[in-house]
Amino acid sequence: MSGQYLVLLFLFGGVFSVEVQRPRGVPLSKRPLYEEDKPFTCLDGSRTIPFDRVNDDYCDCQDGSDEPGTAACPHGSFHCTNAGFRPTFIPSSRVNDGICDCCDATDEYNSGADCQNTCRDLWRKEKESMEKLAEIAKEGFLLKQQLIQEANRGLEEKKSKLTDVQNSKKDLEEKVEALRMVKETAEQPEKEAKDRHLKAWEEQKAVIRMEKDKARMAEVFLELDGDGDGFVSVAELLSHSELDQNSDGSFTEAEAQELLGGVDKLDTAGFESIWSKIKEKYMSGSNTDAPAPVEPPQEEVKEPASDNDSEPYPDDDNPEEEEEEEDEEDDDEMDDGDYKSPPPTETHEKKDDDEDGTMPPYDEETQKLIDAAQKARDEFDEAEKSLREVDDNIRNLEKEISFDFGPSVEFAYLYSQCYELTTGEYVYRLCPFNRVSQKPKYGGSETNLGSWGKWAGPEDNIYSVMKYEHGTGCWQGPNRSTTVKLTCGTETVVTSTSEPSRCEYLMEFTSPAVCQEPPPMSQEPPPMTSDHGHDEL
Amino acid sequence: MAAFSVRMVHVLVLWLAVCLSGTWAVDKGNFKTCDQSSFCKRQRALKPGESPYRVLLETMELTNTRLTLQLINDNNKVRLLLELYRLQGNITRVKINELKPLKPRYEVPDVLVREPPTEPLSVLSQDENGVVLSLGAESQRVIVSARPFRLDIMEGHNVLMSLNSRGLLAFEHLRMRKDTFSYKVTSTVASVWDNIKRVFSSQAEPEAEKKDEADPANQAETAKEEEEKVEEGMWEETFKSHSDSKPNGPSAVSLDFSLPGVEHVYGIPEHAEPLKLKTTESGDPYRLYNLDVFQYELYNPMALYGAVPVMLAHNTKRTTGIFWLNAAETWVDISSNTAGKTVFGKMLDYVQGSSETPQTDVRWISESGIIDVFLMLGPTPKDVFSQYASLTGTQSFPPLSSLGYHQCRWNYNDQEDVRSVDAGFDEHDIPYDFIWLDIEHTDGKRYFTWDPHKFATPKDMLQGLMDKKRKMVAIVDPHIKIDNNYKIHNEIRSRGFYVKNKDGGDYEGWCWPGSAGYPDFTRADMRAWWASMFAYDQYEGSMENLYTWNDMNEPSVFNGPEVTMHKDAVHGSWEHRDVHNLYGLYVQMATADGLIQRSGGVERPFVLTRAFFAGSQRYGAVWTGDNAAEWDHLKISIPMCLSLGLVGISFCGADVGGFFKSPSPELLVRWYQTGAYQPFFRAHAHLDTPRREPWLFGPENLALIRDVVRQRYTFLPYWYQLFYNAYRTGEPVMRPLWVEYPQDPATFAVDDEFLIGRDLLVHPVTDEGSRGVTAYLPGKDEFWYDIHTFHKHNGAQNLYIPVTMSSIPVFQRGGSIIPRKLRVRRSSSCMEHDPYTLFVALNPQRTAEGELYIDDGHTFNYEKKEFIHRRFSFANNVLSSVNIAPDAKFTTKSWVERIIVLGASKPSKITLRTAGE
Repeated sequence: MSGQYLVLLFLFGGVFSVEVQRPRGVPLSKRPLYEEDKPFTCLDGSRTIPFDRVNDDYCDCQDGSDEPGTAACPHGSFHCTNAGFRPTFIPSSRVNDGICDCCDATDEYNSGADCQNTCRDLWRKEKESMEKLAEIAKEGFLLKQQLIQEANRGLEEKKSKLTDVQNSKKDLEEKVEALRMVKETAEQPEKEAKDRHLKAWEEQKAVIRMEKDKARMAEVFLELDGDGDGFVSVAELLSHSELDQNSDGSFTEAEAQELLGGVDKLDTAGFESIWSKIKEKYMSGSNTDAPAPVEPPQEEVKEPASDNDSEPYPDDDNPEEEEEEEDEEDDDEMDDGDYKSPPPTETHEKKDDDEDGTMPPYDEETQKLIDAAQKARDEFDEAEKSLREVDDNIRNLEKEISFDFGPSVEFAYLYSQCYELTTGEYVYRLCPFNRVSQKPKYGGSETNLGSWGKWAGPEDNIYSVMKYEHGTGCWQGPNRSTTVKLTCGTETVVTSTSEPSRCEYLMEFTSPAVCQEPPPMSQEPPPMTSDHGHDEL
Repeated sequence: MAAFSVRMVHVLVLWLAVCLSGTWAVDKGNFKTCDQSSFCKRQRALKPGESPYRVLLETMELTNTRLTLQLINDNNKVRLLLELYRLQGNITRVKINELKPLKPRYEVPDVLVREPPTEPLSVLSQDENGVVLSLGAESQRVIVSARPFRLDIMEGHNVLMSLNSRGLLAFEHLRMRKDTFSYKVTSTVASVWDNIKRVFSSQAEPEAEKKDEADPANQAETAKEEEEKVEEGMWEETFKSHSDSKPNGPSAVSLDFSLPGVEHVYGIPEHAEPLKLKTTESGDPYRLYNLDVFQYELYNPMALYGAVPVMLAHNTKRTTGIFWLNAAETWVDISSNTAGKTVFGKMLDYVQGSSETPQTDVRWISESGIIDVFLMLGPTPKDVFSQYASLTGTQSFPPLSSLGYHQCRWNYNDQEDVRSVDAGFDEHDIPYDFIWLDIEHTDGKRYFTWDPHKFATPKDMLQGLMDKKRKMVAIVDPHIKIDNNYKIHNEIRSRGFYVKNKDGGDYEGWCWPGSAGYPDFTRADMRAWWASMFAYDQYEGSMENLYTWNDMNEPSVFNGPEVTMHKDAVHGSWEHRDVHNLYGLYVQMATADGLIQRSGGVERPFVLTRAFFAGSQRYGAVWTGDNAAEWDHLKISIPMCLSLGLVGISFCGADVGGFFKSPSPELLVRWYQTGAYQPFFRAHAHLDTPRREPWLFGPENLALIRDVVRQRYTFLPYWYQLFYNAYRTGEPVMRPLWVEYPQDPATFAVDDEFLIGRDLLVHPVTDEGSRGVTAYLPGKDEFWYDIHTFHKHNGAQNLYIPVTMSSIPVFQRGGSIIPRKLRVRRSSSCMEHDPYTLFVALNPQRTAEGELYIDDGHTFNYEKKEFIHRRFSFANNVLSSVNIAPDAKFTTKSWVERIIVLGASKPSKITLRTAGE
């Protein structure tokens, strides 16, 4: 070790070659507080020290005020004069750390860092970019005025349209009421005629069914009466184990006798009285070998089978799927739920009908009544549908009119528009006041990155940020959401998207609607000379 | 980052499991218990009793450097060869292998820094019961008892350590599979071969030859009596859907150690366990098998990412260590006072009656390889550190900047993100040295490449950081995407550098890039090639301020058994089974070599690894893997790093904030406060967690975090000096209290506080809503000074310290001098030329001592004696500075700007005297 590093507690600092006017790192405004030849009092008043301990690279004041030009104090700050640009303060820790911070290079006076004075360049660049921004702001602000005018015009239009629609709604409501009367008037006779027709058919059916039942009973009696003695006996009954009353698997004599009403045998008349107890279970031609109780489960099996029928994606659907995937899906869902389940019951009913024959067609008079009623119904439905549409229309108009499109309605033009940005992998889509989404460029389904939530800028500029919330959920994470930052631009474009945190998206969006009126004169450039008198702006 | 260790197809299943149970923890079913690991089950089924092994004393050979003896198993007549060495520095090495293995058994290479130098052994006495050997000074002896075989190491009248005293030596000799055709054929061939060998070796080993011939009956008997039951799992075993073909059959080795007088054992990391190891009788043994454990659970002996088979034993009189050099899957059973007699032979009769002293028994079981164990006999903790360092080397001396703060996240998304985070640190005036990029920075998880959209101009980005004197770490994992358009893959494949599967093809597994190959890092030529890939012209977009992070090097194989490589995969002539725990070490070794070579051997490397083994300290830093944002994970970071420090790995840290899940601001602040006082200080977070740069939690929390990061930077000179010391001596940087207070039993199990070096005591606040902590201040005649308030406290007391959110209880030991740099800047490099402040803390004798080490901070020039190393001492009111490396030369622009004396009254006068050189 070269010995000199372990030197002293206090290095009486090299006198600094700073301009005589003021110690290094002191802003002009504080110049009077640093008077040479007078003891220095720390700016917090905590202590007074000889002036030669100012900027001696050793920290004496708690507030760091004795070392404005060195890195000695932990909480001090250094003033960059930055002649030709904007003066600024940097933390003392950046003085002589080998990194150029002040554009006038004054912070690196003893570090060996090769710093150039870049203040003029910086100013030129800043000026250029400020001019560009001012240009944009100017142009954008003009556009914004147009947008406001259009929006106001649009708003008026919408308001008057709303009045119109509201008026037409009244007419429509009356029309609907009138048509409802007509419909109800037409439906009353229709119903009566139909009921009449149906009742006649029911009666006819009952007769047919009774005859069938009787025939069946006689047939069964003959089958049961194995010995042909004109009686059905307990013994004969026992060969039909399916008649087991308590379904315990064994059909006992006692049970058979009970079935016959307590007697040993019955003739045809007696049989008729117990027929109702037998007919449900009785199986024609069955004998002792026939295993009876297997039947019910077989019935149950049918249901899954019918389920199979309604399997939503039979293989032959595939070609369609490729063409219109999403629509196809919707259709299938409909099929599955609403349409496909009823058919089995329908066919079942039809079977019943088939047994009894089909209902004869309505007579001409009834049919006429039906046609008339149908016409009234259709007209009513039509009118009601129009009314609903008008209601929707009104709701939409009211929503749009009351929407917060900014203090001058300047954001109204974004409503029901969408803007896209394509990145490496995805197409991002911003539909202002509606939703944000993301779709893979090369196929795949769309992900909702959030629906319109609110204006979310800082209090003084609330219309600078939009927040879209409650998008598709993330695995082990929150629901996706998107923050849209608006900046002034002559065009309405999404300029960038990013995902700074998992599932929290950030979108940059330019629009003339956020352009502020530029100040009447562009900003006064700072002096281009290094006159120290002018650095305090 | 990066431990998402499930197959992609399992993601949904896992997700469901999480949803259903509502709990959040490791899926234990993915990892084996001892019962599910057939060799562990077999070995653990052996109960203590009389060992079947006896010593064939007539086979004893003693040369100047080693003693060899044959052991015979009376049950199956298989002979083992015992080698015994006395190594320099009070270490005894015991090696046991088969006398004539069917084929060679694996002996771990590349872990020992050299063939350990030996010292002469001499026979003190010998009779039909055994042999007594002298271990040189300190009246230390080894007693080899013959029947049954056991080893006892004595000092004076005390037994320090006994081997096989419980008769658990077991050595599954290699054998032919009996139920196959090939057995018959090869066994014939083998016997012919044996005869040939015997003829040729007769000249070299006439004695052995004679014995063999003299005992032909024995040979025949061997074959006949080999009627070992073929147990399930010996020749094949399956775990979940994975089967292990085990072509070599059973090959486990096991040995027990008794430690009389010992109640505290430590080490055998890595486990999420307290510092003091627990007994394992009631559950599974501690497992050492490098595994990528997804969302690991605390307080159990499951294996984690790394393995160091070193255990330390300590009592008030002595510290010893056992280093079990075996890289295969290993289980360690610990029990207490359950051993049999501590008596053996006439010579030890007087020890009888000591059976009431506490005793810890340890048993090591490994799946393959040999028994090669180093008994480090202390007697002090620092002796054990230096003994272990003499075997496996010391901590690499890291670049100074790597001791600063590291900002990491999976992932910083693109160059703009990196730029804005970097700017955020300036804006909020928080120092940092390294910003990190996780796997997403690559082009499709092809390491050594950059995502062409997000990181299109990496050199611009690196230059931007360099302009601020900051650095970057980018991840390079050892799984290589199988892709014919990927240069690295093509080269490795064409050179035949991939690990092979059991059928001889390139082993393929599933990892981040999808299907991936695993370079065979056990090959020196492979490692040399890998290192060459870090050259600036090979690793496109790299610059000198880009460093490397090796993750997933257990190796992690998402679709492999236990999320790692199949044991029957092949590395040259060895199975993966033999080398598993070594793989991660080799990856880091090759990477560190690459970083050294790219600078022409000038610059020190910095490489972080997740997997490690004994010796990994030579290559860089480790971290405790994928922890979670939970208070218990914050607590466990202390014992986990302490345990690593004890076995040589000083450069340890845990992900600040917790990797999985999202920390509350309070937990995050407390974690920063703890991490700032641990060796490796890096914040890291999972991809799915919300951003957590320090300024995102409000001005108060920002101020707290800024304050503690700055505290870290003020202590960098002390950290640096401690790392230099660790590099020189192997002493841990972060130490358990007992290391410095070995005679104070109150310190033996303390792991909620720790020492940095010997002069700083840290008791982090690790409880939610804490209003105070009770710190144990050790040392009966010591003072401890609060580093914030300078309040003085007496030693050997439990001190209650009320805390607020800004409190980090840290104390400087009276009697120490700590150099600090109080001018905190943007990064450590910016502070290079800044002056020092000496904190002189006086002890009751009003004296103090300390050191200061300075060099350029980043090159190997310190090896050429380019540094400053001085000792400060304060006595009789005089602070003096002495050069303790007079032959070293270095010039610094730094100076001492301030000296703060703690515990002194205000002096009336101060004089400064500069002596000539």
